[in-house]
Amino acid sequence: MTALRVEKLSKSFGGLRVTRNVSFTVEPGERRLIIGPNGAGKTTLFNLITGEIAPDTGHVVLFDRDVSRMASRMRPHLGMARTYQIITLFPNDSILRNVMLALLGLSARRWNPFIGLDRQRDLFEEAQAALARVGLVHLADRPLSQTSYGERRRVEIAMALAQNPRVLLLDEPFAGLSIDERRQVQGLLRGLPRELTIVMIEHNMDVALDFAERITLLHFGEVIVEGTRAEVVADHRTREVYLGE
Amino acid sequence: MKDAPRTLAAALVVLALVVLPFALSNAYYINVSSQILLFAVMALALNVLVGYAGLVSLGHAGLFAMSGYTAALLLAGGHGHLVADSAALLVAVATSAVFALLALRSTGIGFLMITLALSQIVWGIAYRWASLTNGDNGINVSTRPAPFGVALGNAWSFYYATLVVFLLCVLSMTVLVRSPFGASLRGTRDQARRMNALGYNVWLIRFLAFLFSGLWTGVAGLLFIYYNQFISPQVAALQTSAEALLMVISGGTATLLGPIVGAAIVVLMKNVVSAYVERWNLVLGVVFVLIISFMPEGLVPGSVRLCRLGWRALRERTRSDRLKLAEPAP
Repeated sequence: MTALRVEKLSKSFGGLRVTRNVSFTVEPGERRLIIGPNGAGKTTLFNLITGEIAPDTGHVVLFDRDVSRMASRMRPHLGMARTYQIITLFPNDSILRNVMLALLGLSARRWNPFIGLDRQRDLFEEAQAALARVGLVHLADRPLSQTSYGERRRVEIAMALAQNPRVLLLDEPFAGLSIDERRQVQGLLRGLPRELTIVMIEHNMDVALDFAERITLLHFGEVIVEGTRAEVVADHRTREVYLGE
Repeated sequence: MKDAPRTLAAALVVLALVVLPFALSNAYYINVSSQILLFAVMALALNVLVGYAGLVSLGHAGLFAMSGYTAALLLAGGHGHLVADSAALLVAVATSAVFALLALRSTGIGFLMITLALSQIVWGIAYRWASLTNGDNGINVSTRPAPFGVALGNAWSFYYATLVVFLLCVLSMTVLVRSPFGASLRGTRDQARRMNALGYNVWLIRFLAFLFSGLWTGVAGLLFIYYNQFISPQVAALQTSAEALLMVISGGTATLLGPIVGAAIVVLMKNVVSAYVERWNLVLGVVFVLIISFMPEGLVPGSVRLCRLGWRALRERTRSDRLKLAEPAP
């Protein structure tokens, strides 16, 4: 069984072919890095996998189940969670409330108009636990609008982790972080359980290299190279794309 | 018990509303109070969409009128109040469903324009289909209901009946806002894309909120026809929608108190100021310009902000006074 399989995925916006016949397979528990220069179509690929954009052709298979035609809102219920490169949080709520919304999204209680959300102790405690994992539990009650950029990045990750996913898609989780913050997030990702499958986008190779087991290099929407970390780093095409040699 | 002061304040307001008719004692002012409460119900209903869902509707007059006309026609046809009122609310919710199905294809300006167009259709039907609606002459509602044997013929009893409905409305809004569904709804307002990615059905959440809003708008429509004992196409006109929207925005969107305060301002302007100033619309306009200039977030959140600022300034000053006293004289 594979955790995530992408088969011949293609997408064009008008005449621009942003994703060209992309296929790859991620095994359960694998740490996969998707790299590529700006405009390589990395985020579009994530949007196709999560279903926020419908592909022109191709399939997305999650744990041997074809989810290509499934509405994107159903996919978190099957264990797919993502973070956003451009921070997409709820600015009017506290950090804790942001994480509680992530938990509520998978609970049937999200439809309930009669009970008090503040009285749902179990959601509250789960949200606290998720914040503890990213080291933000001491800021739980702070309004999101009064947090730093690095803290927001970690809230993004906490929300995805709170949903207890089987496949976690991280879209540039280090973008805009200071060196200290980057180390914190690296440590956090290293500590995640091995049964969790992680696919991470990064355009800066140095940052995420030691995290990845296998790497897929995208360029102009196409998979150029794929292999183990050593293979991809050694490949001359990687150097061409990144160094312009 | 951090909610204790709030609960106490709410209890005091309810008490004030209960004794209000004794203080006013004049039937005219009691009737104005009833109008404020019934329009507050409409403004609270609209606020579910405008404030909590972030969907600005200019079509609520259509829902208001559908409920009012349904009840008026059934009553004129000889049906009882219970039948007429239940049917009116059903029609209001069903009309909301049709409005929502069409308008929720977009948000923002698109949503506003579609709701406006739909409510203009209702207005057109009320105005043109004279064989059904009696056109511009309107329909008389000869009697008011007598719930639990209490006749609502006079200003006092009607005020108390309206107050009960109003309090039920506020209660239902309070429960909704604090519920997980309320949190989901606000989530779709702030970050619809994220909500979808978190597993929420954004469309259905908005649709249900529209139905809830439509139901209470229908209740307000019923109160309106029983209050006036008359309905005409004017009720379905754009002005009714626009006034309701002004109530919500001037009072403060996404607050419970805001739409109520907004309803009070608009109704008082229309009824009281108009007795002294012929061009009361001008006064209303000036009041709104002032609110938007000095409290763009609305009267209720704006006042809270100004009070906090004032309080902080006062504390700073007393502290610096104390510091000056503590410093040795030069």
